[in-house]
Amino acid sequence: MEWEYSPAPESSAIADIKDRYLPFIDGTFKEGNGEDRETINPGTAKRLSTVSTVNDADIDRAVNAARQAYENVWSDMSGAERGKFLFRIARGIAERSRELAVVETLDNGKPIKETRDFDVPAAAQHFFYHAGWADKLQHLGLGPAPRPLGVAGQVIPWNFPLLMAAWKIAPALAAGNTVVIKPAETTPLSILVLAEIIADADLPPGVVNIVTGAGDVGSTLVNHRGIDKVAFTGSTAVGRRIQRELAGTGRKITLELGGKGANIIFDDAAQDQAVEGIINGIFFNQGQVCCAGSRLLVQESIAEEFTERLKQRIETLRVGDPMDKNTDVGAINSEAQLDRITALMKAGIAEGAELWSSSCPLPKNGFYLSPSIFTNATPSMRIAREEIFGPVLTTMTFRTPDEAVSKANNSPYGLSAGVWTEKGSRAMGMAAALRAGVIWDNTFNRFDPAASFGGYKESGFGREGGPSGLAAYLDTDDEVVTQ
Amino acid sequence: MSHLAVTKTYKLFIGGAFPRSESGRTYQARDDDGNFMANAALASRKDLRDAVVAARKGYAAWSKATAYNRGQVIYRLAEMLESRKAEFVELIMISTGASTKTATAEVNASIDRLVHYAGWTDKLAAVLGSSNPVSSPYFSYSTPEATGVVGILAPTGTPLLGLISVIAPVITGGNACVAVAAEHDPCVAITFAEVIATSDVPAGVINILTGKITELAPHLAGHADVNALDLTGADAELRTSLEQSASETVKRVYVPKGVPDFTAAPGIARLRAFLEIKTVWHPTGALSLSGGTAY
Repeated sequence: MEWEYSPAPESSAIADIKDRYLPFIDGTFKEGNGEDRETINPGTAKRLSTVSTVNDADIDRAVNAARQAYENVWSDMSGAERGKFLFRIARGIAERSRELAVVETLDNGKPIKETRDFDVPAAAQHFFYHAGWADKLQHLGLGPAPRPLGVAGQVIPWNFPLLMAAWKIAPALAAGNTVVIKPAETTPLSILVLAEIIADADLPPGVVNIVTGAGDVGSTLVNHRGIDKVAFTGSTAVGRRIQRELAGTGRKITLELGGKGANIIFDDAAQDQAVEGIINGIFFNQGQVCCAGSRLLVQESIAEEFTERLKQRIETLRVGDPMDKNTDVGAINSEAQLDRITALMKAGIAEGAELWSSSCPLPKNGFYLSPSIFTNATPSMRIAREEIFGPVLTTMTFRTPDEAVSKANNSPYGLSAGVWTEKGSRAMGMAAALRAGVIWDNTFNRFDPAASFGGYKESGFGREGGPSGLAAYLDTDDEVVTQ
Repeated sequence: MSHLAVTKTYKLFIGGAFPRSESGRTYQARDDDGNFMANAALASRKDLRDAVVAARKGYAAWSKATAYNRGQVIYRLAEMLESRKAEFVELIMISTGASTKTATAEVNASIDRLVHYAGWTDKLAAVLGSSNPVSSPYFSYSTPEATGVVGILAPTGTPLLGLISVIAPVITGGNACVAVAAEHDPCVAITFAEVIATSDVPAGVINILTGKITELAPHLAGHADVNALDLTGADAELRTSLEQSASETVKRVYVPKGVPDFTAAPGIARLRAFLEIKTVWHPTGALSLSGGTAY
């Protein structure tokens, strides 16, 4: 008997997508002086809306507005009052959560069940968590009255547009900074809805400014002389460039960059649970996650059986319309990203790894890719070393725990790692040995504003979330100097 | 009866041993009046690379040592320094022209600085880590870990206190280091290496090079197996170019915001600069075993 799912589409009308979106500077939505950019719905490859972008003069205006707001309003305000604004924003996100989820799915291509159940509630929670810190900074262990840094210039990626906006804005504001933030050019909409929420919350003008545009806008922003703090989430290549450009300026930087997370399966792991965790690790958000578990390391004795289980499970994933509530894997964010993924897959085939892909049907229009696995890969292959940022898993095997650790750590990245074993001591021992900023034992891709997140090595530095995430937005330099 | 003094050959300190520079080069250390003091090894790029290899090995052992053990070892450094106090006072007086009082104060402060950090090793996790009350059935905690191999450019001025004030916070967190001593003061630095060599510090945890900072620093900043840099001893111009090189492998870089006053109480910025926060998630299961209805 054939069991079919009926389509269960969410209504796109809920998003109330406007024909045109404007940057948000000094408390008002105003035409930018850059060239307009169209934003595409990756699920259909059709135009979704048009966004007015900024030029250098607009960036000046935004930075000045942030400076004025910092000097005249925000740094004078009590932490308790600042916190109340953040609580308001958290509530505003929750109240408009369904709309935000649909906007995000239409603009980003990720499944509605993810935006609805993860991105949007997590964004609200992030504001709620940090709101509570605003009047408790003296308890962070950074002295009796930790000082904010000033104006933060922030650049965020397209993979979690609203959530990354929350990760950046909430701690910055809680610590007493003002911000100028630039969303990715392919996903500007949800943060501009957030701007409406911010405006409705009566946040003083200039405390949050949103400038739209491509990489050149981000580059101008982070290099702007009026910026005191830079926070960037994105590729390691761009992160390196930012660090280089800011050399000698003394500005505090937080970089949250790429990863090639190892997911390590021991022979005693609960295999069905491990399969679910691996699926989550590499296919959540179509694998477009900096901490994705894109390197699977399976203990040799179970590798064959385990890979079969994994393939069977992947065959059941529903790939397609992101707006369908039953969709597990949605659209890749852009054609350019799809091209980057397929180019790296070709390199994997050319280097001798075996490619297996789910036989699921793909929609005709839009940017889609079948969930895929490379087997017989070796650590030197590009697919085992480079971040793929797509629904493609590279599998390798190991024999001993030591070998697993050395293979997992053999990467310039160090953002995340997963360990699957029923033995508690081994899980904790592995967690200590792995050189990565986040370790998931018998789970993967867990996030919480109370738990700090960030990388080792070339995955960047600085943390987001938790007490150490707040430290990134405060002056922590307590060394006594004479000049 | 007269005795012709046996002068010391100052060599490098790499992997717990005292090799000459592989380049065979030396330079003259001069005292405060410009008179010849000693020949010191003029370290080369190759020496620096050897030191990084040694530091990577040292890091493997040191980062696995217990915090208690690391504290004891750093305290042992203080003990050994105390026992050689007179020697350091004399050396500092010759090298810098300081008075007995000033030089003694510097050595005392150096000993106290080591004692201060010896007590830090087993408190870092409590101060910088956290138990995270996540809103899902997981036990989550965040804890500081060593960054890895740290390249240090030691400051000029107070040769012993400056060197110890930059090295101690780095090793306290479990890192290993390659320190380039202040060019002018190789003798104090290498004599301190003798203290290290007799203090149970595992080989390679602290490596000290003497020579030209402008020659060595670019290689340190560009070395792919160095995880972090402390640029205290570099001038503003050099700092910028080193920070640029450091970006190639996303190194953590500590740059003081002025000239550090090492006589003041140290804060924790230097400790924090060379630590990574790791967050671990562990499931607790759907059922809470801690409650129940019976009581």
